[in-house]
Amino acid sequence: MINATLKHLSSALAAKHISSVELTQLYLDRIATHNPVFNAYTTVDAKISLAQAQAADARIAAGLAGPLTGIPFAQKDIFCAKGWRTTCGSKMLGDFIAPYDAHVISQFDRAGAVNLGKTNMDEFAMGSSNETSYFGDVRNPWDPQRVPGGSSGGSASAVAARLCAAATGTDTGGSIRQPAALCGISGIKPTYGTVSRYGMIAFASSLDQAGPMARSAEDCALMLNVMTGFDERDSTSLQRDQEDYSRDLNRPLSGLRIGLPREFFAEGLSADVGSRIAEAIAEYRKLGATVVEISLPNTRLAVPVYYVLAPAEASSNLSRFDGVRYGYRAPEYTDLADMYEKSRAQGFGEEVKRRIMIGTYVLSHGYYDAYYLQAQKIRRLIAQDFTDAFKQCDVIMGPTAPSTAFKLGEKGDDPVQMYLSDIYTIAVNLAGLPGMSIPCGFGDNAMPVGLQIIGNYFDEARMLNAAHQYQLNTDWHTRCPQGL
Amino acid sequence: MSLSTSDVQKVARLARLAMNDTEIEAARIQLSGIFELIAEMQAVDTTGIEPMSHAQDVSQRLREDRVTEPDQRELFQSIAPQVESGLYLVPQVIE
Amino acid sequence: MTWEIVIGLEVHAQLSTQTKIFSGASTTYGAEPNTQADAVSIALPGVLPVLNKGAVERAIKFGLATGAHIAPRSVFARKNYFYPDLPKGYQISQFDLPVVGMGALTIQVEPLSGPSTGSGFKPYEKVVRITRAHLEEDAGKSVHGSSQGMTGIDLNRAGTPLLEIVSEPDMRSAAEAIAYAKALHTLVKWIGICDGNMQEGSFRCDVNVSVRRPGEPFGTRREIKNLNSFKFMQQAIDYEVQWQIDTIESGGKVQQATILFNPDSGETRAMRSKEDAHDYRYFPDPDLLPLDISEEWKEQVRATLPELPEARRARYTGEYGLTAYDANVLTSSREMADYFDTCVGAVGAAGAKLCANWLTGELSAQLNRDGLDMTQCPVNPQQMGGMLARIADNTISNSGAKEVFRALWAEGGDADAIIEAKGLKQVSDSGAIEALVDEIIAANADKVAEYRSGKDKLFGFFVGLAMKASKGKANPAQLNEVLKQKLAG
Repeated sequence: MINATLKHLSSALAAKHISSVELTQLYLDRIATHNPVFNAYTTVDAKISLAQAQAADARIAAGLAGPLTGIPFAQKDIFCAKGWRTTCGSKMLGDFIAPYDAHVISQFDRAGAVNLGKTNMDEFAMGSSNETSYFGDVRNPWDPQRVPGGSSGGSASAVAARLCAAATGTDTGGSIRQPAALCGISGIKPTYGTVSRYGMIAFASSLDQAGPMARSAEDCALMLNVMTGFDERDSTSLQRDQEDYSRDLNRPLSGLRIGLPREFFAEGLSADVGSRIAEAIAEYRKLGATVVEISLPNTRLAVPVYYVLAPAEASSNLSRFDGVRYGYRAPEYTDLADMYEKSRAQGFGEEVKRRIMIGTYVLSHGYYDAYYLQAQKIRRLIAQDFTDAFKQCDVIMGPTAPSTAFKLGEKGDDPVQMYLSDIYTIAVNLAGLPGMSIPCGFGDNAMPVGLQIIGNYFDEARMLNAAHQYQLNTDWHTRCPQGL
Repeated sequence: MSLSTSDVQKVARLARLAMNDTEIEAARIQLSGIFELIAEMQAVDTTGIEPMSHAQDVSQRLREDRVTEPDQRELFQSIAPQVESGLYLVPQVIE
Repeated sequence: MTWEIVIGLEVHAQLSTQTKIFSGASTTYGAEPNTQADAVSIALPGVLPVLNKGAVERAIKFGLATGAHIAPRSVFARKNYFYPDLPKGYQISQFDLPVVGMGALTIQVEPLSGPSTGSGFKPYEKVVRITRAHLEEDAGKSVHGSSQGMTGIDLNRAGTPLLEIVSEPDMRSAAEAIAYAKALHTLVKWIGICDGNMQEGSFRCDVNVSVRRPGEPFGTRREIKNLNSFKFMQQAIDYEVQWQIDTIESGGKVQQATILFNPDSGETRAMRSKEDAHDYRYFPDPDLLPLDISEEWKEQVRATLPELPEARRARYTGEYGLTAYDANVLTSSREMADYFDTCVGAVGAAGAKLCANWLTGELSAQLNRDGLDMTQCPVNPQQMGGMLARIADNTISNSGAKEVFRALWAEGGDADAIIEAKGLKQVSDSGAIEALVDEIIAANADKVAEYRSGKDKLFGFFVGLAMKASKGKANPAQLNEVLKQKLAG
């Protein structure tokens, strides 16, 4: 049951082979057993989950079930869920019980899904290894000495360890795709504006986008069907017709034009990852795709641009955490200014403070044009690179991350090294394009390697088609870490 | 690019982050490293390029002027650090 | 050597929408603390702003009413600073690209009472340029003294839409500054975008004051914050100007500062500076997309604009031949002007002066006595017009009209019915008046002889007799005419 696809789970629930309560209990038991090792969850509340499961069983019995009804999902702890502690991985929100539901949470509720718990994450989604969480490191199920990636590391770890049927993540610079790659699962960041950001605690508003993390592309498609859709509460939510993201899954790939950006295969890519990507591309050729080399000339600028824009937005987004209306307030202070400074200094971790300071600096008087404005201009150049590339190809493929999962603490002291691990994913957020990662083998250390698929705006169905066809012909995505 | 101690102090002050001298110095070294990475941008000629603020060129949607939000003070203040008579309390503000 | 005063104003007008600028929470004034502070107003993590159409419409109206450029695309920016009444740690405002560009307002400058900078001159007209007007959100309120050593924060006002209207430094006296503020106050109420309630803070003025020697560059300005009455504004400017002149003349220098006016002491003082006030780290708000205003929308809004005060003033002096003074009084509010227009509609253009006299005279006096404003006037313009029409067609005399007006004020009803009931209709039948005069002449032959021999003063005696004989109903003008004729022999 724990290896079943969402489609199989749905059929099993419909056929009453298992009830949602039983399925939920199964996962709760697995969480109780394995979470102490992986630390994938920050909050589990069996009472709420089982009540939801019971309601789902009633709905199934009444013949009102949808495709996800009764299935237990883990929710990244960045989504406000009414009545649930919602921490965003921070001491600042360590006791914060959300008084409302994020759009994504409402969508799952409406679908009759079960919320199995909140998953650990890098604090305020700032990190690529899940080492910045106030609630401790998350471990990679393939090797608990290694990181799961970040910032959606808890979700990735939970999916890989079979501690949920699937999970949600958010991706600002690679935070769905990179942990998906490092944990050997599938994850997709949709086109910016496709999934409402309402109730998703903001990191960098113009880049943040939620998406599914699951064990297959097909599962991702089913989840996207539930997560997407116009929401009037988010000004950046796009008014488009609802689409069925699984509509093209079974389309053959003959004629698919794959672009390989030369800049993604240059210096910095580890050899084992490069080989696995090459093998995956060879598989695609077998499936009828053609391959063309393309160029994304501004790739090397994506990291610097990102580390101006994202911290700038974050420095402002995180100003609301001041200890006045909710969240952490320092126990002792002398006056108002002292209360602000101590509450924020004690409530935020090192990485978050670092990014707030970068952002504050680049926006401050005298530096705005040189940093923020310049970064926004290069952002356009980067987006234009993709527009040009998509004239020659249907999808772009390459590595998701330059190497497989590294050891905990390995990049701890050097933020710049950590930042560079997102080099292949960041440009996609800057452009607002959809991107996904699927497992395509293992590296020298037997850790998973992720293949990144980048699509044109609103071309998720085609990407999912490409991913699904690959998964029909390979079994990397079905591999399970030992002992699980 | 290297940041000065006073740059870092000013930024910490603007961002309302209490930091002692050791923390300021550690931040100074790390931020200087990050700004070296960021400095790669400076050489790019962006004359005539329109800054990009949003992924899509869409205009702001407008909301009808109609009350939709009920009073939820009790719920919202149940998570507040300090309230009294419906007010959020902070240390005295002097203008 | 004389000093020249230079004044510019920044006015924050709360827009009269039902809901906040970025959320559907109510903006009703005076609610219990924080009961109108929704998730967006208290800036819960994860909430997002969505722009209120009503606020934009009002900004467009203002731009059109001041002949300003309406930006086809404007942008919202974040102004970052920490303050407990600012829940997000930033205010959403407009910076580089405001919704309303350069416009202008014609003002009527009148001398102020007291020893002010603006007294002892004839009223004049002046055009003040308005640099820009932009949309932004209001902050909450700090409530002091509720708890020892603590300040209470009420976020009901947080997120209320504001139009910040920034003038050029075009004013040269307190009188001009007050005239501009009043004209702006009249205008925003006139076009229905702001209730103008200054006590409730719906219309707040920041005044930038500097002094210089004529012909020299602008001096350093100090900004007087949050003035919420015209009287205080006058006092604050007078005090501040004198302070700046004294400071410079005694060898000091004026430092740029934000200052507060204390109405109790009549003095200004520098605010404890909001620290880092000069580094707001403005940047475009990524949660909001560019605001696009189409020509079509602009024209739709234009069609809803009423005739503006300036146009009405011109019509009143041009078409109706009213004095500038009357035209100003009649356009001091839209209610007054509309009232006047309804009256003129009932009486006819020829009676415009009559209407003006009654509105600026008897009606205003009575409103004043009862402490009412135009919107609370117990006599509606239809009733008033009905009465004025009877004056114009000689049905009633002026004194009869005063009686009718008193009755309308006290009991309401309709002028014609009151005239009928009280028998106030004057006799204008020339035959009847002539007969009456003949009788009097016949009965007072001695007095007639005296009159005819040169004792002109007796004319009033005959008028009195005739009026008495007519029971006060004779048309006075007609009676005078007939008497004069018949007495002349």
